[in-house]
Amino acid sequence: MNRNFQDEFSNSKITQMLAEKIRDTARKIKKNVALMEVCGTHTVAIFRSGIKSILPENVRLISGPGCPVCVTPNNYLDRAIALSRSEDIIVCTFGDMMKVPGSSSSLEKEKTAGEDIRIVYSTLDALKIAQQNPDKKIVFLGVGFETTAPTVAFALKEARKEKIRNFYVLSAHKLVPPALKFLAESKDLKVDGFICPGHVSTIIGTKPYEFLVREFEFPCVISGFEPLDLFQSLYILLSQIQKKKPEISNQYLRAVKANGNLKALGLMDEVFEKEDSLWRGIGTIPLSGLKIGDDYKEFDALTQINVQVEKSREPKGCLCGLVIQGKKTPLDCPFFARKCNPRNPIGPCMVSSEGSCQAYYKYGQVKDSRRSYGSVYRTLACVILAP
Amino acid sequence: MCLGVPVKIVQIKGNEGIAEFKGVKKKINLELLENVKKGDYVILHAGFAIQKMEPKEALETLKLFEELSGFGNE
Ligand code: SF4
Ligand code: SF4
Repeated sequence: MNRNFQDEFSNSKITQMLAEKIRDTARKIKKNVALMEVCGTHTVAIFRSGIKSILPENVRLISGPGCPVCVTPNNYLDRAIALSRSEDIIVCTFGDMMKVPGSSSSLEKEKTAGEDIRIVYSTLDALKIAQQNPDKKIVFLGVGFETTAPTVAFALKEARKEKIRNFYVLSAHKLVPPALKFLAESKDLKVDGFICPGHVSTIIGTKPYEFLVREFEFPCVISGFEPLDLFQSLYILLSQIQKKKPEISNQYLRAVKANGNLKALGLMDEVFEKEDSLWRGIGTIPLSGLKIGDDYKEFDALTQINVQVEKSREPKGCLCGLVIQGKKTPLDCPFFARKCNPRNPIGPCMVSSEGSCQAYYKYGQVKDSRRSYGSVYRTLACVILAP
Repeated sequence: MCLGVPVKIVQIKGNEGIAEFKGVKKKINLELLENVKKGDYVILHAGFAIQKMEPKEALETLKLFEELSGFGNE
């Protein structure tokens, strides 16, 4: 972590100004408020920005379900692992999935044991691998939200165009708005406003969030990822609460348009079909997932490739499910930073670099909101230097 | 997992572009967008440009990125 930055950051006039405004508005609200950042990238950005240290006592930020890795259930992983054990299959995946523990193994362990599992940066890399290995079946693990799904849809279209017949996708794609609806409807959720994901919104736009205001009167802001974005978003959200005027504010204006990316949405529509989908730790949420649609079913690894999958079980005692619903924090988990750490993760929230548990582990947690920036970094140093 | 990075398109060949981010050049697929032009700023995610950025605001972000560098954006 860079000292200069720290100085620059705390010297930043705009930041200070915004911090002052945030405190001011919070004071006027006069009650405790909890704001949920839905997106895992925001969770990490929030820790890095040091914003938690300027938060007034009555404002709390809690993490939501915003990491596709964390919400992918074990039976998906177990199937991916089973596929990787087939002689004629090469599994391609984004790197984040490698360490996630399945019921009895992980992709990383299988790779070490000699299975052909390849980390790719893009779906197009997986397509290339398919072309280079015509005698193998290539299974791409389609995990991700609306941000990622169009890139998978494109790869399938391309596979059809190029007549690549050994390319398959095992889809676990999930949709953010149905999950938000689920959270909004849940009785014991104590959230006063949402920081909505930035990159998901570049694709879906601002409209799919409107029900949050219309039906539930939740203040919402779509935010960018820079520290200043976050400060500004927080200010916007608190102002909505103070004025009791909930709306969907778009702070990430430079990248998020009201209608989103129509071309990408069209591609998703063409290739995928909505289905009820199981979120790890949360349960099944209606129409919250994407499966490969009928028109593309010859590419669907789920229906086209038969494998024996072990009986799945979720890690015992892990609280990930409650953590991603904002009902518990990682600190409530007895395993946190003891038996469970990034080197030996028990649950997915500790594996994903955007999982709440890993973010808490890496960046420490500031309980006393009045602490200075310095102490955030001291906490951090402690975490890093701790044996 | 779906980090997005603002990059500048410095070259276009068909539906592929070359994007530049802090001096590093990278091939990037442009099929998810319409009418991308050389000089445009886009958000790069998993090898694809997923959205255009308004130039004025993109520049500001890039400047911020530069200022904040070392603070780390993966
Ligand atoms: S950017 Fe998208 S995938 Fe990444 S954490 Fe946010 S919502 Fe999840
Ligand atoms: S600390 Fe580990 S075991 Fe506990 S909730 Fe987080 S991932 Fe699960």
